[in-house]
Amino acid sequence: MHFQSWAEFWAMGGYGLFVWLSFGSSYVMLAALAWYSHYQHKQFKRQLSAKLAREKRIKQYQEQAQ
Amino acid sequence: MVTLGPFLKRELRLLARQKADWLNPVLFFIIVLSLFPLGVGPEPNLLRIIAPGVIWIAALLSVLLAAERLFKDDYRNGVVEQLVASRQPLLAFVLAKLLANWLSTGLPLVLLSPLVALLLNVDMPSFIAMLLTLLLGTPLLSLLSVLGAALTVSADKGGILLALLILPLYIPLLIFASAAMEAASMALPYHGQLAVMLAMLLFALALVPVAVTSALKINVS
Amino acid sequence: MFKWLHPYAKPETVYHLCGRLMPWLMGAALLLLLLGNIWGLAFTPPDYQQGDSYRIIHLHVPSAIMSMGTYSAMAIAAFIALVWQVKVVQWSVLAIAPIGAVYTAIALITGMAWGKPMWGTWWVWDARLTSELILLFLYLGVIALSGAFSDRQTGAKVASLLAVVGVINLPIIHFSVEWWNTLHQGASITKFAKPSIDPSMLWPLLISILAFKILMLALLCVRLRTAILVNEQHRPWVKALAGD
Repeated sequence: MHFQSWAEFWAMGGYGLFVWLSFGSSYVMLAALAWYSHYQHKQFKRQLSAKLAREKRIKQYQEQAQ
Repeated sequence: MVTLGPFLKRELRLLARQKADWLNPVLFFIIVLSLFPLGVGPEPNLLRIIAPGVIWIAALLSVLLAAERLFKDDYRNGVVEQLVASRQPLLAFVLAKLLANWLSTGLPLVLLSPLVALLLNVDMPSFIAMLLTLLLGTPLLSLLSVLGAALTVSADKGGILLALLILPLYIPLLIFASAAMEAASMALPYHGQLAVMLAMLLFALALVPVAVTSALKINVS
Repeated sequence: MFKWLHPYAKPETVYHLCGRLMPWLMGAALLLLLLGNIWGLAFTPPDYQQGDSYRIIHLHVPSAIMSMGTYSAMAIAAFIALVWQVKVVQWSVLAIAPIGAVYTAIALITGMAWGKPMWGTWWVWDARLTSELILLFLYLGVIALSGAFSDRQTGAKVASLLAVVGVINLPIIHFSVEWWNTLHQGASITKFAKPSIDPSMLWPLLISILAFKILMLALLCVRLRTAILVNEQHRPWVKALAGD
């Protein structure tokens, strides 16, 4: 461990703003990309199964009507 | 190569009928150039300093403006599709388009360059450099914008998209062309920049027609 | 070799392969990223010239390297997609592009945050920053082009073509920007002195680079799976998958 205390670690030798700004924004962007990719996947699966269920219901209804 | 003649004749006839297609970009070029002195002030020395960049950016934009409609009509009325479907080599069509595009947008810029030099207070050595860079650079502009037009021919939203795609590819040309003019204004030799521009032009001339034909094929399939 | 590769061109196989690999890749990427960054942030000595601000290197360099690496991966995929018309590869071109764009954006932002204490301004028209910016434009062009067509297949193919054109252009752009930068070198700009990196700083950096690489693969797996589902939604196997 190079730093003596937590306070010193957060201060980063006076460059704290820049260091934590870049680390923070990078992590946020990576997390957003990962979350969004995951969300798109889940969303599409949900939409597709909803669509399939709807088609199935329509088919059942048509069979009943006959 | 045998078929290049009829295609070129057709393109030129179309241009003669639709004058707005090539007159508007030229007008745009002049208007953009005259906006700059109004924006940054009419100080002759300042104008001389910014002239290389301004002239080349205006040239880029005006050629881009002309490129948008390049393949649109032929795509809509099915000419491109017919050409792809028939066993006609598409290359002749593409080369005719390229040549017609340069004749209608690149050449007017070269011819207008004395007027531009007057407007922006460009001195004689820089003017000669400007003429040379325009002669070498406008064919390259035409090549790249034809490529962009072919890529976006069946896209739903053309205009802005085309600019977004092609402007980054113009950057090397912009850098070398304005550097040559700058060197000329400081009475330095600029053969190097011209040679690089020529190299880029030949390189693009070898590859772009192939890319354009495959882009057209993708767009009609 | 093609016989061996052939089953992997089948979307269903790729879908399940990606699904199996993804958790491992994501876990490894997270672990390595945390390890590399914590090591780099807390357990290495500060640079004798730049103090602690140099610690941004642990994000800047990996993202910059991988933004270019991702572009070349995308261009190779695009080339394969155009020549051999492999559907899965075609979709992966579009799946990679946003990852590369985010990496490029990270490289730009960290570069700016590093430039502020070093150069005194947030943005300097430095050769490397400018090239990165143009790379971002190229990525955005590929993404915008792929979304502009009503026919998804045409969009993917045209975007692949643009990616190949871009990769041919990229070295030309890079060298012309570098040359332009030497031409316009202002007196106030002091370049980063190329330091010979101390091994104690090198290891966390290498780990972070590896982490970004694996993270790219993990994200590609997620995105490619979505793309496969979207494009194959009328196939029986997808219906069976979504049905239950």
